[in-house]
Amino acid sequence: MKTSRLWAWITFIVGAAYFLVPLLATFEFSLRIRRGTYSLDAYANVLSDPSFRASFTYSVVIGLFTIVVGVLIIVPTAYFVRLRMPALRPFVEFITLLPLVIPAIILVFGYIRLYNSTSILPFTGSAIGTDILLTLAYVTLALPYMYRAVDTGLRTIDVRTLTEAATILGANQAEILLRIILPNILIAVLSGAFLTFAIVIGEFTIASLLNRPAFGPYLQLVGANRAYEPAALAIISFIITWGAMSMIQLLSRFAPKTVARPD
Amino acid sequence: MSSNMEDASSLATKSGPVSTGPALAPTPIARRGFSLPIPAGLFSVGPFIIFSVMFLLLPTLYLIGGAFFDAEGHLTLKNIIALGSPQILGAYSISLRVSAASAILGMLIGLGLTLALIRGGLPSGVRSAVMTFSGVASNFAGVPLAFAFIATVGRLGLVTVVLKTVFGFDIYSAGFNLLSFWGLTLTYLYFQIPLMILIVAPAIDGLKKEWGEAASTLGATRWQFWRYIGLPVLWPNLLGTLSLLFANSFGAIATAYALTGSSLNIVPILLYAQIRGDVLHDQGLGAALALGMVLITGVANVIYLVFRARAERWLK
Repeated sequence: MKTSRLWAWITFIVGAAYFLVPLLATFEFSLRIRRGTYSLDAYANVLSDPSFRASFTYSVVIGLFTIVVGVLIIVPTAYFVRLRMPALRPFVEFITLLPLVIPAIILVFGYIRLYNSTSILPFTGSAIGTDILLTLAYVTLALPYMYRAVDTGLRTIDVRTLTEAATILGANQAEILLRIILPNILIAVLSGAFLTFAIVIGEFTIASLLNRPAFGPYLQLVGANRAYEPAALAIISFIITWGAMSMIQLLSRFAPKTVARPD
Repeated sequence: MSSNMEDASSLATKSGPVSTGPALAPTPIARRGFSLPIPAGLFSVGPFIIFSVMFLLLPTLYLIGGAFFDAEGHLTLKNIIALGSPQILGAYSISLRVSAASAILGMLIGLGLTLALIRGGLPSGVRSAVMTFSGVASNFAGVPLAFAFIATVGRLGLVTVVLKTVFGFDIYSAGFNLLSFWGLTLTYLYFQIPLMILIVAPAIDGLKKEWGEAASTLGATRWQFWRYIGLPVLWPNLLGTLSLLFANSFGAIATAYALTGSSLNIVPILLYAQIRGDVLHDQGLGAALALGMVLITGVANVIYLVFRARAERWLK
């Protein structure tokens, strides 16, 4: 028993080293911009760079739209499948898993072929059209995570009784979804939203191939042209991802733990 | 146990005992005296279906269908045959090897870490810290991950420099190169191992204490426990996760692209360069490349789904 615990600690420490050394090394590297002394100049350079602000803001806005569109598409679907058409569930689950099977680069290549400026739906013909296409592409990427988060949330509330009660009180479908269901699964939806945000904020492939000025392509550009700023950006990105994941952890403390009704 | 998976928000999050049962018998639901009218249902599911057809199914099918047509729109196998060129076969070969290596190593190392964490008697605080970190690290992929590894084991990276100046060992003259098979594998492990930990931890929790007690009462050694009970129960889960990790790195491009530009010849980068119009200049060939990728990740995921279904039998 003693030796197995020793091995457990050794395994853990070796593993921890593999994960922490790159973070430390990146942080140390990001401080080295001035010869012979440590400084935060790389961070100052990054944060004062107008393209950083512009691309970061752009990605945040796209991320927010992605979350809103994702919620609008997924919450009614998950609700209806759970309440009325459980037979559809395997089909919907299969569809929501597809973005894990189809690499992002395939999706965007398909979009470019299908929605180019000469097609019936020329999304890529204008900047705003491409922004919309980028948002919808990100909704696709977020589908597996968002659907599972929402479905988990729905499992913890009694959807049927809530719907019946609201109907008796005279609520229509939209009111039920918006004022009864959504507030009850808000924590699950927010978890999905933060995960979506973490995935979308630094996404490179789709944004780059659609030629949008997003944060991911900006990161790549800085990486190709600068020495120390990329390290600072890696640390900033890590903190953003950490922040999004911490929010999910924090939210899960408020989430109901029990299944309201076995289904 | 299941709630842990949910917390992890991982894609392994299963939706519990999936209710295919009630689907077969809709009458009891209707008999409850209340039902949502179908038109309202169409209104709810309609946008989802239109969305997934327009932005998931149609683009993919249109693209991979294009692999069978030439520029004039005639049916042809020319594009598929063109995949046999040395450059493209080489790209598939290195992509498959990097994905396989990072998946197998990610699975083994992740399993070892999870076992140490859950069954090795480490304090519970360590466990929750590792789970949180895994959630972050499994999402810390893409361009910033490449930066981190350049700053660590790149030519001027901290580890490279310390090994050289303190220990007199130059990893680059010893044959290591970040822009190579092993460099890429080492980098990919940074998100593969945490993903493995997130997926496999609930499975290891599912190994009931009683099984170990029963085995040791019957005189089984620790080795025999794993050989005859632990591994056979975990096996479907491990193989399934392996295929998921494989698909995860096979489609990845941002990390590799930021590490190497388009100099490393892996399939997603080749396809990226083709879309940007840097090389090839052949739409049909690009479509054929895409078809190959979808086939490979598709097969990997079918294996995952099949094994996951088998794994769930034991982990209720």
